[in-house]
Amino acid sequence: MPPARLPILAIAVCVLLIVAALLGGVLAPYAADEADFGAVMVPPYGLEGGTVAHLLGTDQLGRDMLSRLIAGTRISMLTAGAAVLVAGTIGVLLGLIAGYLGGLVDAAIMRLVDAFLALPFILMALALVAALGTGVGNIILVMILTNWARYARLVRSEVLSIKRRDFVLLARVAGVRPLTIAMRHVLPNAQTSILVLAVLDVGRAIILESSLSFLGLGIQPPDMSWGLILAQGRTYMGIAWWLTVWPGLAIVLAVVCFNTVGERLRVKFDPRGAL
Amino acid sequence: MGSFLYRRVGQTLITLLLLTLLIFILARLTGDPTPLIMPSEATDADRAFFREHYGLDRSLPEQYFVFLGNILQGDFGVSFRYREPALGLVLQAIGPTLQLSGLSMLVAIAIGVPMGIGAAVIPESWFATSVRFYASLGQAMPSFWVALMLIVLFAITLPWFPSSGYGTAANFVLPAVTLGFYASASIALLTWANMTEALRSDFVQMQRVLGIPRRLIVLKHALRNAALPIVTYLGLQFGLLLSGAVVTERVFSWPGIGQLVVDAILNRDYPLVQACVLLTALLFIAINLAIDLLYAVLDPRIRA
Repeated sequence: MPPARLPILAIAVCVLLIVAALLGGVLAPYAADEADFGAVMVPPYGLEGGTVAHLLGTDQLGRDMLSRLIAGTRISMLTAGAAVLVAGTIGVLLGLIAGYLGGLVDAAIMRLVDAFLALPFILMALALVAALGTGVGNIILVMILTNWARYARLVRSEVLSIKRRDFVLLARVAGVRPLTIAMRHVLPNAQTSILVLAVLDVGRAIILESSLSFLGLGIQPPDMSWGLILAQGRTYMGIAWWLTVWPGLAIVLAVVCFNTVGERLRVKFDPRGAL
Repeated sequence: MGSFLYRRVGQTLITLLLLTLLIFILARLTGDPTPLIMPSEATDADRAFFREHYGLDRSLPEQYFVFLGNILQGDFGVSFRYREPALGLVLQAIGPTLQLSGLSMLVAIAIGVPMGIGAAVIPESWFATSVRFYASLGQAMPSFWVALMLIVLFAITLPWFPSSGYGTAANFVLPAVTLGFYASASIALLTWANMTEALRSDFVQMQRVLGIPRRLIVLKHALRNAALPIVTYLGLQFGLLLSGAVVTERVFSWPGIGQLVVDAILNRDYPLVQACVLLTALLFIAINLAIDLLYAVLDPRIRA
């Protein structure tokens, strides 16, 4: 393994994507759903027929691909971010409770964790979509339900190993309340591994959302996400490659960058690779 | 060994039971299926009869136990759409999915294991760097996109392989490459890590001192030691392959579980969704249990 350098490029791309997600339409040259039947299927700039006005080309309705991608960034990143934050919080709390209290509570929570992890994640997500339905809110909920269990398992095992350390035992002897010990002494010691899992999870969440949207079971029009743009461009794959190549590249770029940052963090904080 | 076996099997059974409860709750969340199935001109008496016939008028715990009892007898309900037992439909689809996953697994091993071995033997080299690059791409490219790109390249631009369908050997190529590429990334990384560890171990250093040829050490002794975790991982990998298969099957119109379950969701065919999810979970859990037990037989340290 090479020594961990700071992955500046990957960090820059991640920041750029987050900024694009937050600003959204401000950066886009056109409104994402603005059809222009005078400029249908314009190829990207640099190709025959391409113009500077539409750098990445236009789709079958003359909508600007760059603007659509930026609009897609917003939903793809926000759903992934929201899912990771909420799933992480729920999982961390349940893991803390399970690890700290032990006994029957621990057994109950961990069997629930096992049940949620017993299914390949996309199948679990599909089962949840079948029950809850599609759309932005439901997809975030689905991603939270498919993701929380890994945090609970991780935090529980961290708590079990930290619980036996001297400073925690001393705090206990000194009469500090269990909740205070858990929040002030145990949690800070587990935070790096939680952070690593969360960063790696962003990539996983982006792939899950785009897969569901591609299958027609995720984000629904008029909302836009990278997977949905890809699905809509699929029909014209043979004559206009840019409709499927750009959104795919956006997904790959985002996932590679978040994974790279996550991997480097992991190598830095956890050289043995226990995660 | 005995107590390990009982504990592991016991845990698995509890997990399965919880999973059925989860699926049951999810199915109830979708609401009363009556208006969905009965024609709009049905009378209230008809609807009441329907509810009674399917046990929907009973209390929820009662319904759950009926559901559980039916599953134990192999009754997974009747598909709303096909009017056939869901079990039969799932069993029909599972063959193509297993064929595709199995072949993809072979593709993934054939690509991933040599890459991992090579990178472990010469870690500071352009080869190792490209393996790392390959692996991060493989993990980041969604399988539906890889599938579409392969179709553009090798079915449309160069018409070598069919872009969809099932039945001939040529149909297998593009789906198996899609899924195999996806799985080969993590197999390469895992082989790399385990081979590195095995090459560093005392017994390999010892063999080097003894002057045993390097090729023999790497391919025979180190690889044998690195193989155990890799084999275990293949079980987990199977779950990943099933996940990838759902989407890949959809792109290539492959008549497997993935295609079946997505169609069932789009048609709101809940009994079929339930059957697909439960049976796949059962398969997945059984494979993992078998690998855990096998691992315990091979490695005595686990049994404690």
